[in-house]
Amino acid sequence: MLDWLTAPQTIFFLSVTMVVFLALQISAAVMVYAERKVAAFMQQRYGPYLVGPKGLLQPIADIVKLVFKEELKPKAADTLLFAAAPVISAIAAFTAFAPVPFGAATTFFGLLPEPMPLMVADINVAVLVIFAVTSMGVYGIVLAGWSSNSKYSLLGGLRSSAQMISYELAYGMSLATIVMLAGSLSLREIVDAQQGYWLGFIPKWYAFINPISFLIFTTAGIAETNRAPFDFPEAEQELVAGYHTEYSSMRFALFFLAEYINMVTVAAVATNLFLGGWHGPFIPEAYGWIWFLIKLSVLCFGYLWLRWTLPRFRYDQLMGFGWKLLLPAATINLLVSAAGVLYFGL
Amino acid sequence: MGFDQFLFFVFAGVAVLGSLLVIGQRNPIYSVLALIVAFFGLSGLYVLLEAPFVAVVQIIIYAGAIMVLFLFTVMLLNVPREDAAEWDRAHPYYRPWALRVGTALAVVMALQLGWALSRTPGLGVGVADERPAISSVAELGRVLFTDYMFAFEVTSILIIVAMVGAVALARKRES
Repeated sequence: MLDWLTAPQTIFFLSVTMVVFLALQISAAVMVYAERKVAAFMQQRYGPYLVGPKGLLQPIADIVKLVFKEELKPKAADTLLFAAAPVISAIAAFTAFAPVPFGAATTFFGLLPEPMPLMVADINVAVLVIFAVTSMGVYGIVLAGWSSNSKYSLLGGLRSSAQMISYELAYGMSLATIVMLAGSLSLREIVDAQQGYWLGFIPKWYAFINPISFLIFTTAGIAETNRAPFDFPEAEQELVAGYHTEYSSMRFALFFLAEYINMVTVAAVATNLFLGGWHGPFIPEAYGWIWFLIKLSVLCFGYLWLRWTLPRFRYDQLMGFGWKLLLPAATINLLVSAAGVLYFGL
Repeated sequence: MGFDQFLFFVFAGVAVLGSLLVIGQRNPIYSVLALIVAFFGLSGLYVLLEAPFVAVVQIIIYAGAIMVLFLFTVMLLNVPREDAAEWDRAHPYYRPWALRVGTALAVVMALQLGWALSRTPGLGVGVADERPAISSVAELGRVLFTDYMFAFEVTSILIIVAMVGAVALARKRES
């Protein structure tokens, strides 16, 4: 009756799910530490260095502080939605990583009867699922802005929703381009389509086949995750802290957790779509997740690099850029790629 | 009762309860959220019908894009809570003829629903259709751009007309 519960496949599935769940939380802590260190390096100061060797234990100290802080709630806030908003953000952030593969199919040293892919859910419309779940994240931000009953929060929430709607179109268009090139909506098949080399050393990555799509995806991805130079929802000079002005303690922490996990997810999706996922030289296929982590780290560093290098856009420039430049460019790119697939069989 | 049937009742329950909540309470923000929940219920039903593409598109377009705009509008216009006191008999929407027209429409809808249900071969999940299932995205695209080409193009023209109309109505008059 309950044989399936002790089957190796079930145990493997449960462990992969737990590993991804924990790894995403740890990645958020690592990103916070990396962000502070990178910022410090770029501004020629030390950054955190007191807690633990080279300040490595700083994220743990931060978490302890956040857990023990007092939970505040404005009197006029909508109680239910004020509590629900950070949870929605966090759920959307965790769920978006479910269809993302991070390694080649493995039998796990022969423990499994047949190879299973290293991912939580192997869905055949994975690209669309990620797109759908990511677009759910905006609700957490909008509801947080509205339920706080504060003008700074509301303006932050409204800006965020306008920004996400604007950039989602270009984001979706660049996804569609890659789906067309690979002829599949499954991330696993898209990664496998990027195997092989030109001239023996240039990998057949979609970032090289269609660099415009890669640029549009990363730009729109930064805007989708509300990161600098597109971090309007939390522009501190104008909006205090935007949608999470009224939040404190663990509810505030959930928003930050969601933001950093979203960054990691966008970077992971970009790795799979454009940088060949877990394929790479020197490391055997079974340990492909090492390549995946390396590529992921490079993209995440790019996020931090941009934040501490570029100034914030003005709001109307942001909207103009999204609608008048990024969207037409993505559309033209989509049409040209479609013609390429149709007539030259790319 | 199989697991699929159990899931059917869960998703159907979510969809029906969500839809009832949309009209059943007075705060417009909660109405929008209840509608999103109802869409998730519908999406679950599509997954059970082995149409994952339609299920995801349901979330992206309805729960994602359209409902964000709804929420945006409700917040931007700051639509107030509907209070019970407003709905007295002096209110223009509460004139007797409005009540009669509403009742007539409800009766018509109930009759149609009963007629449709009486023609359904069997209630519950697993009502087999003669036509082959369109589950794969490639097959869906092929059918859409061959058999249903005309309907597809007419729909896109309709949407463009609506868009041009909205822009024409919203833009400032140049004097």
